[in-house]
Amino acid sequence: MSPRFEPITGRYLHLDLLGKPHRLYVEEAGAGIPLLCLHTAGSDARQYRGLMNDPRVLKNFRVIAFDMPWHGKSSPPAGWQDGEYQLTSRDYVRMILEVSDALALDRPVAIGCSIGGRIVLHLAHDHPEKFSALIGLESAAHTEAYYDLSWLNRPDVHGGMVCAGVVSGLVAPVAPIAERWETLWHYMQSGPGVFKGDLHFYMIDGDIRSRVGEIDIKRCPLFLLTGEYDYSCTAEATLDIAKRTGASATIMKGLGHFPMSEDPEKFVSYLLPVLEKIRSQ
Amino acid sequence: MIDSIPKHVNADANLVRRGRLIDTTFMIAIDDAYTLIRIEGGRVTKFTPGPFITPDYSFSLRASRSVWEKFWQPLPPLGFTDVFALVKQKLMRVEGDIHPFMANLLYFKDVIAAPRKEGAR
Repeated sequence: MSPRFEPITGRYLHLDLLGKPHRLYVEEAGAGIPLLCLHTAGSDARQYRGLMNDPRVLKNFRVIAFDMPWHGKSSPPAGWQDGEYQLTSRDYVRMILEVSDALALDRPVAIGCSIGGRIVLHLAHDHPEKFSALIGLESAAHTEAYYDLSWLNRPDVHGGMVCAGVVSGLVAPVAPIAERWETLWHYMQSGPGVFKGDLHFYMIDGDIRSRVGEIDIKRCPLFLLTGEYDYSCTAEATLDIAKRTGASATIMKGLGHFPMSEDPEKFVSYLLPVLEKIRSQ
Repeated sequence: MIDSIPKHVNADANLVRRGRLIDTTFMIAIDDAYTLIRIEGGRVTKFTPGPFITPDYSFSLRASRSVWEKFWQPLPPLGFTDVFALVKQKLMRVEGDIHPFMANLLYFKDVIAAPRKEGAR
């Protein structure tokens, strides 16, 4: 194989987030409508590598993905050693708005998966004027815990291995082997307690069931894409949001909880029609 | 199906390598039919079908026969692809001292799913 560079460039952005100085890793590729990508709990922006390498997407969209603080190559804020990481709805919304402002994005499209698919519902509810469209991947208004989260961060269990083990079944069984294990590798690299801290939002604090019906898709279009094999954010949960909001929803065949990462090619085939709709709106 | 577990696990050198530090006995319950599976150094060293009077094991996985049969299909139906999918739907119970199970989750998931290789031939 001859060496080649991908079209992605990565840089470190210094900014204040939630009132504290942060060093944030941000990648981008392409030109046009800004498309801000939000990764899943306990992973990082590498999940969007397929999207950020697809010329069909890059032609019309400036794809931007950042590692949330504590994740990937973004550092936790100074003093992190004295507390426990725990993501809340309020902080997550604020973080996204502050990153968008710091990058001077004008009403970007935001796309998020899992916790990201949940937070776009919060954005649609609280800040529809700030986005030109929202795309929820694996969106559910709430997910009940189905295992004891304390297993994810304790000294007698390898955190990376247990986090990958917990999510491994959420990858579709038909996903390409290399992409499946790349997806799990990101989980294995997560810092101690980070996945667990994100799940505080996912399974406790981020419950938006009571407010989903108030989302006005005329103020900001909402598109939902969910993999059929996802048993965490189920097809039923996504279709329920669609029913209550009028958002467009598609259940993606042969995909699981990490569509953009576990099978980028298949995923992009579902995403392109959505991007076309957004472009023509 | 369940009795193919030792053969498939022990033939998979990579799976054995991944489980090289494991030394435990766990139990699979298919309805009321119990089987004890002893793992040493990642290999299945003892496979003992019940019944038992006082079975000695660390953790158990219990589900109905129809659930296990779907789970062991080479490509299981939606909702039957993973232990946690079954646990979430309350179709499977994982009980006992689950530390060895959680500490070696990727390994045990592959051990438990090994009978899928039977139908895949």
